[in-house]
Amino acid sequence: MSGLTVQDIVKPENLVYKKTDLMTDKTLSYCPGCGHGTAHRLIMEVIEELGKEHETIGVAPVGCSVLAYEFMNVDMQEAAHGRAPAVATAIKRVWPGRVVFTYQGDGDLAAIGTAETIHACNRGEKIVIVFINNGIYGMTGGQMAPTTLPGMKTSTSPYGREVIAMGNPLKITELVAQLPGTYFVTRQAVHTASAVRKAKKALMKAFQNQIDEKPGLSFIEIVSNCNSGWKMTPVDANIWMEENMFPFYQLGDIKKDGQLIEKK
Amino acid sequence: MGELKLMKGNEALAEAAIRAGADAYFGYPITPQSEVIEYLMAEKPEDRTGMVVLQAESEVASINMLYGAGGTGKKVMTSSSSPGISLMQEGLSYIAGAEIPCVVANVVRGGPGLGDIQPAQSDYFQAVKGGGHGDYRLIVLAPSSVQEMSDFVPLSFDLAFKYRTPVMIISDGLIGQMMEKVELFEQRDRLTDEEVIEKYPWATNGKPVGKERRILTSLDLDPHKLEKHNHHLQAKYREIEEKEVLSETLHCDDAEYIMVAYGSSARIAQKTIQLAREEGIKVGLIRPITLWPYPKKEIEKYVQKGIKGFLSVEMSMGQMVEDIRLVVEGRTKVEHFGRVGGVIHSPEEVLEALKQKLIGG
Repeated sequence: MSGLTVQDIVKPENLVYKKTDLMTDKTLSYCPGCGHGTAHRLIMEVIEELGKEHETIGVAPVGCSVLAYEFMNVDMQEAAHGRAPAVATAIKRVWPGRVVFTYQGDGDLAAIGTAETIHACNRGEKIVIVFINNGIYGMTGGQMAPTTLPGMKTSTSPYGREVIAMGNPLKITELVAQLPGTYFVTRQAVHTASAVRKAKKALMKAFQNQIDEKPGLSFIEIVSNCNSGWKMTPVDANIWMEENMFPFYQLGDIKKDGQLIEKK
Repeated sequence: MGELKLMKGNEALAEAAIRAGADAYFGYPITPQSEVIEYLMAEKPEDRTGMVVLQAESEVASINMLYGAGGTGKKVMTSSSSPGISLMQEGLSYIAGAEIPCVVANVVRGGPGLGDIQPAQSDYFQAVKGGGHGDYRLIVLAPSSVQEMSDFVPLSFDLAFKYRTPVMIISDGLIGQMMEKVELFEQRDRLTDEEVIEKYPWATNGKPVGKERRILTSLDLDPHKLEKHNHHLQAKYREIEEKEVLSETLHCDDAEYIMVAYGSSARIAQKTIQLAREEGIKVGLIRPITLWPYPKKEIEKYVQKGIKGFLSVEMSMGQMVEDIRLVVEGRTKVEHFGRVGGVIHSPEEVLEALKQKLIGG
């Protein structure tokens, strides 16, 4: 190996990895250490590998990923806050042969858009919903989310989330898994290399379900971090996520091929 | 001559959606317009033309379904009544901002709040002044017969796509529920997917090979770009004001007084003209057909002719009357009369108001 020069390394035959063309060259607007960028890339890699670049329509939410359409190099629509599942439902109904997905945060999907989420799932719309859960409202500056953990400090729960007054965190993924309209429901993460590999496999399965016209909606939660909102370094945020978020939001498949997975 | 049928206004609207070649209808039931979705479900337009009909979980979902499907270049429509239309205002603002064509019908009922289920015209401000947030306009068409409930559907789709803007058909519980003879227009073909792709290059239905992706959004975090977008929208609205005003006049040539009325009120005003003329009172009617853009030039014409006064007849506490006053600017008398809360004024009441407010006063 010692004989390799830079000129050798950049030769096409030595290429081992490249950024997918379905991510634009625009600099990501996310904070360093945030999981959004990785989640975006995985979705775009899956669409590229499935050869669906020209047949995909994505729906972006309101939240940190409001600008997802700046980075995802496919046809995109920007939905009103919480309404992405209704927007995607209609796109899929009038273009049943197209691949349609939504990309939504916890406030968008599990608070303001709960009705749209549940009804799209319950109708069994043949779409993919990617749900990024970081337990906080990142874009508006760190307010409490429907998924904020008990005791967790945010700018609107500055002394910690008190469940008696502020309610419980909502496990919406377990909730939608109970609905007959969901076909595949899983919870993943993107903070380590092995988690990324598993998340990509899950995304691939979800999009493949849609292409194969499987009867129902594929729902992928990605438990992610928000080091800015959580007021931690990126490394500490990932450790905190493993120690606090994962015990509450357990990773793994919840429903596969239309069947709930029995807990051991 | 087209096929003649006796239909409710709501049914005529629904049949017209199928015949206009609509690709989809998304809606949520609410009185007094539930016949629209009931008729569509019973007609199985999926079999007739391939049109999709879906009952949404709410009016909020319906309007966002219009955003989604309309944004792919398909012809889409919803209908509702006042409280449901209030729920749609956020979506309409986004649709106007992202420039997505679609048609929304409002079969107005009494308000405010839950109000009642009887006819009213009290959603005028909401329809013509914006309704949702931001500087935008809807093209607003006001049918005054079951025939126009049918005819205005294809017209609305044409305008929506011509200007890439939402169009509202505003009627009321009277026009929606009453039955009249209607001559149905010939079935128009739905566009094929290929035709949609070819015709609407802005539509997000899958990035074309060798071309840039399309983005539909109403967001621009750069204030200078957003300001430019607002100017673009306003230029479009000025063009619509220039080219798309529709109105009708009745007995205005020799009139000393003019009633201005749209929708059901225009029908009632026709009878008032007859009663008034029997008493020797020379009164005419201007019927705005587009409520926005408003027929300002038509009103101005009669101000110039020296009309003695205008009476705005509307089932509201006085909304459209403000638009008449904006044209008249104090040069002649402008008064309002109307019953509200679902009460429909009689032709005699309108005549009495005309005498008291314009002639005697």
